[in-house]
Amino acid sequence: MSEIIKQERDPWFSKKNLKLLTAPFNLDNPITVQVLGICSALAVTVQMKPAIVMALSVTIVTAFSNLIIAAMRNTIPSRIRIIVQLVVIAALVIIVDQILKAYVYDVSKKLSVFVGLIITNCILMGRLEAFAMANKPWPSFVDGIGNGIGYGMVLVIVSFFRELLGSGTIFGWKIIPESLYKMGYENNGLMILPPMALITIGVIIWIQRGKTRELIDKS
Amino acid sequence: MENLFNLFVRSIFIDNMIFAYFLGMCSFLAVSKTVKTSLGLGVAVTFVLLITVPANWLLENYLLKPGALSWLSGDYKSMDLSYLSFIMYIAVIAAIVQLVEMVVEKFSPALYNALGIFLPLIAVNCAILGASLFMQEREYQTISEATVYAIGSGIGWLLAIVSIAAIKEKIRYSHIPAPLRGLGISFILTGLMAIAFMSFMGIKI
Repeated sequence: MSEIIKQERDPWFSKKNLKLLTAPFNLDNPITVQVLGICSALAVTVQMKPAIVMALSVTIVTAFSNLIIAAMRNTIPSRIRIIVQLVVIAALVIIVDQILKAYVYDVSKKLSVFVGLIITNCILMGRLEAFAMANKPWPSFVDGIGNGIGYGMVLVIVSFFRELLGSGTIFGWKIIPESLYKMGYENNGLMILPPMALITIGVIIWIQRGKTRELIDKS
Repeated sequence: MENLFNLFVRSIFIDNMIFAYFLGMCSFLAVSKTVKTSLGLGVAVTFVLLITVPANWLLENYLLKPGALSWLSGDYKSMDLSYLSFIMYIAVIAAIVQLVEMVVEKFSPALYNALGIFLPLIAVNCAILGASLFMQEREYQTISEATVYAIGSGIGWLLAIVSIAAIKEKIRYSHIPAPLRGLGISFILTGLMAIAFMSFMGIKI
């Protein structure tokens, strides 16, 4: 590992690597710009806790699968690379799934099949194909972390609004005061249902593209 | 029989892969540009689901489930290989997709040309793995239940992608605010369609 990094001659946090880390936060966000990994982003955002656990798991799996595939990139025959990538990802996801089952069982029950679905999360395959197959291990690792965080940010924003408006809580704590309910305030039950996740992300994309003009579709 | 029909209708309309679980969203958003290509992809997904879910059902019930190995010998009664299920499922799916691609290419070049480019993409479509994982989680008792569930969710997916493609073809001529064009409006449209599909929720047969 250390040898590989020495060969690069770049400092660990050079400008280029930092850019890899921060680009996915806004301009190159996996969900709102690259359109990767949407399935799970929508389904786990009813509450904040599962959303954060999911974001962490995806970040870890993306970073390490990028690292492993980048380290093996010259030895993988290109005809069978998809199967090799899937096996690496599946092995990492099994580890994450077993850890979640052991330490946060209730969250793991709530995430149900979506932990397993990290395997087919397009972020992973997308980043492996687009980045890790052509770059050295350390930049790939940074790229994985960056994309994981960019994905996590959208998850946290969506789940914040869905939990706040849908059940009046944040992390399970009551935020909306009791007196407001007495005055006739009602939780918006629609926010908990699946369709509102789609519409919330649609609005986030709208705001982001309104602020950053260069992302607007030309067609 | 009634039970199977109920499951079929449920998996198309109520437990719809896209509108209730958002599975296969990536290709749903990326490929749904014209009705024709989305029809091709939808048929391919249904086809692959029809083969992989029963195959994974057999795998689950005769190999992976706690105690599933007892048909081999009484000694293996306490074996639990279920932690291997993710890697086994994805291996089966990737292998079957490859196999289906080769068989279709050999025996029906016309179908291959129609589906060709979509088939390799399907291995990483979350709807395929999702259906297998739901099959495991809901513990379908017989192989016919698993098969009916697979066809139903495939048709549900097909229905969703074809209808969004049809809407997208029409929406090209309307005036949408610039930042909402493309991805943004597709999300909101899908959300509205999902609300429409929620009206099926009360149906019971």
